[in-house]
Amino acid sequence: MLSTPNIIDIQDLTESDIITILDTAESFKEVNERRIKKLPTLRGRTIINLFLEPSTRTRTSFEIAAKRLSADAVNMTGSASATVKGESLRDTAQTLSAMACDLIVVRHKYAGAPRVLAECMDAHVINGGDGRHQHPTQALLDLFTIRQELGHLEGLTVGIVGDIANSRVAGSLIPALRAVGARPIVIAPPTLLPARPDVLGAEVSYSLDDVLPDLDVAYMLRIQMERSEGMPFPSLREYARFYGMNAARLAKARPEMKVMHPGPMNRGVEVSSDVADSPRAIVLDQVNSGVAVRMATMYLLLGGGDSGTAS
Amino acid sequence: MEYRTKATVMDSPAIERAVTRIAHEILEANEGASDIAIVGILTRGVCLASLLAERIREIEGVEPPVGSLDISFYRDDTAIRLNPEVHRTDIPFDVEGHDIVLVDDVLYTGRTIRSAMDAIMDYGRPRSIQLAVLVDRGHRELPIRADYVGKNVPTASRERVKVFLEENDGRTSVEILESVVGEGE
Amino acid sequence: MDPAVGLDEVADVLIRDGVIVEIGQDLEMPKGVVVECAEKIVVPGLVDVHTHLREPGREDKETVESGTRAAAKGGFTAVCAMPNTDPICDTGSKVRFLVERARERGAVRVYPIGSLTSDSIGSSIAEIGDMIGEGAIGFSDDGRGVQDAGTMRRVMDYTKAFGTTVIAHCEDESLAGSGVVNEGEVSTKLGMSGWPAQAEELMVDRDVRLAELTGCRLHLAHLSTAGSVDIVRNAKARGVAVTAEATPHHLFLDETALLEPVSGRAYDTNLKMNPPLRTASDREALVAGLLDGTIDCVATDHAPHAPHEKALEFEVAPFGSTGLETALSLVITHLVGPGELDWAGLVRVMAHGPRAALGLPDVHLEPGAVADITVIDPEARVEVRADRFESHSRNSAFLGHNLLGKASETIVGGRIALRNGKVVD
Repeated sequence: MLSTPNIIDIQDLTESDIITILDTAESFKEVNERRIKKLPTLRGRTIINLFLEPSTRTRTSFEIAAKRLSADAVNMTGSASATVKGESLRDTAQTLSAMACDLIVVRHKYAGAPRVLAECMDAHVINGGDGRHQHPTQALLDLFTIRQELGHLEGLTVGIVGDIANSRVAGSLIPALRAVGARPIVIAPPTLLPARPDVLGAEVSYSLDDVLPDLDVAYMLRIQMERSEGMPFPSLREYARFYGMNAARLAKARPEMKVMHPGPMNRGVEVSSDVADSPRAIVLDQVNSGVAVRMATMYLLLGGGDSGTAS
Repeated sequence: MEYRTKATVMDSPAIERAVTRIAHEILEANEGASDIAIVGILTRGVCLASLLAERIREIEGVEPPVGSLDISFYRDDTAIRLNPEVHRTDIPFDVEGHDIVLVDDVLYTGRTIRSAMDAIMDYGRPRSIQLAVLVDRGHRELPIRADYVGKNVPTASRERVKVFLEENDGRTSVEILESVVGEGE
Repeated sequence: MDPAVGLDEVADVLIRDGVIVEIGQDLEMPKGVVVECAEKIVVPGLVDVHTHLREPGREDKETVESGTRAAAKGGFTAVCAMPNTDPICDTGSKVRFLVERARERGAVRVYPIGSLTSDSIGSSIAEIGDMIGEGAIGFSDDGRGVQDAGTMRRVMDYTKAFGTTVIAHCEDESLAGSGVVNEGEVSTKLGMSGWPAQAEELMVDRDVRLAELTGCRLHLAHLSTAGSVDIVRNAKARGVAVTAEATPHHLFLDETALLEPVSGRAYDTNLKMNPPLRTASDREALVAGLLDGTIDCVATDHAPHAPHEKALEFEVAPFGSTGLETALSLVITHLVGPGELDWAGLVRVMAHGPRAALGLPDVHLEPGAVADITVIDPEARVEVRADRFESHSRNSAFLGHNLLGKASETIVGGRIALRNGKVVD
């Protein structure tokens, strides 16, 4: 059981909540390895995937998770913000409430939208990514993958490389790592750092090469290719030279260091193709963990709450 | 709620004898141990399952494969209360073609067994599923019966039947507990 | 009470035909209306130099009528209306519309501020002379700020000839970018774009230097940072003709309000304003600047918005908070109550300061003066509630706050616009 009815900000979760989710996900991972990958657990429950920003991967992962738990999963998608339709978040919340669903997964273009939705409705809310703010289930699946690969989390040094300023993944992963006793270092040119990375709990380095030997995990963030406010570095070539993971760099890292990426990867920019295809890259393990971790969050949110007697 | 022991219905030697008898019955009913697999339901069923497998090996010289089953995800009451601690199911063999002996400590409403059968089916299609329990205390709510029973213990529904096993509890016995105050669970 | 004429006593004020006739003890009046002001404080009428009345164009948010009723409720006898209506108030005829509408519907005086550049897009000089002819008292591209220094210099040079004031909205858009909150701790925690203090300070510094270069009178709108206060303090020490204002929300709230809003609503868009709420030390510097006279006046930046707009996501909701009906109570609660500002100081920053900043005719409590008077009940308890506003809009940053003191009477040219805390229809 979790201490929170919603998973919106990774900091809503205690360390014990995080560990409960990871442990529960172990059981679901086993289910996902079966021939019949379906459980009756959430039969009769309705889960709405409200994706107001395009994201095929995350939406699919949540949808598979809901369906493997036998919940009725309904996708509501829209490429534009509700703003364009003149519908406010509160209208959306009321509409969804009227449909009597049990859990809403929200992906939204703007920070804070899942929090506002949760305040206006009774259903549980999982943040599937809000603007540049948070993406808590990604952080959870990353922790799960790291623990699976390296056996533990406490004391690990995790370098998060790239566009920290615009990354909701970093926004959740940094506090999540801190919660379980790992040491996050953000590694980026200053143009890609937020104003105060320290308030999230991360150390800062401008040089990947300097901290590379310390890393147990190199977590490479995706670079946004299209920008409205000018490129924050001179060229992709120069970015890759200083902040890309390639075979030469990998050779200087610890032999057990793993390379992670939240996807989709720009091969040759954040990660070179040979590294991406090597066993050191555990990107597909992350995707695989995603379903189990999301099943665990749904199970733990929808199973808890009401009091009553077991038979 | 507090409980106190009202009566001890099986002591350690009685439980030993019951397990041995059930092992013989299983072998007899299945004409040997070659196609048998034993699956214990967490947590005390797992303990009993390994005791049974050990006894079968002693009698027959063949040790049947043993698995453990967590039925948390199959319960029909997760909407009300979920298992706070989920354990990992471990079925290290192919259920297809096996005669599965499900093992649990106490048979009561039958709901746990229904869930366990659903769970087993999700691993494949066993040739048969049989049920072995140490204690049958009655009060069934589903049309389920045990194939092998250690002891039938008539109880009132406000009482609890608790199996203690050396491995889990540091002693081996079956006891009937009644609540000190109030009633019901 | 009027420090400008050394008045601080319990007295009667006799008003006839819109003019103060006599101030003294036990005055006799053959006929007329008696307003009992025992235990209250009678001060020269308050003025807000920074109000958005939204008419024409967005009468759903505010009108001249509703906005001036809100002003009367808040104790203001006059407001200066910013030109960013729809259309932008950038010609004489548009100024005339506002003047006429205020005469017909206004509960208090309305002084129009004209647009500095045509359509407030910061390129060509608006018809400033024409607008002055119709009644404009100052000029601003409020809401945007003139980005190009050369254009700003040209505009200030031209405006100087008319002896009027340029009001600067200080925001370097290339630095503020898509920022919606102060750049720093809160922007990082909430995952939203930051609007750094320097984006304001660079423009404050630029405009102060252009005021020195051109000799044009400059008034700086809604200062929000400690750096801006320092720049203005230094400029005043050099003798630059510059004045400045600060809003109640920048004086009495800081960015941490966004993390734990009094309203209890996460990502409370009523706390989204431009410039954004800054740090606690910025806030303290603004208060210090107001107390030492660096900042000349409190201005509300009353910015009404429709509920459906403020209900949007924080990053896309419009900037601004209403302010006319809370400003006086906030200054009393946070500055007069704790003893940081005396009543004479309140008169300075809310009555004489604003008039001096924009060169409006001053009003004194003395015989012969225009009877623009505010009566303050210093002990009144005020709970800021959405259902108690005269304004058409409810987007106050202070909803849920409990305040002390309010206006009980607002008298405009001898006409009673607010009586016993109620707007007179």
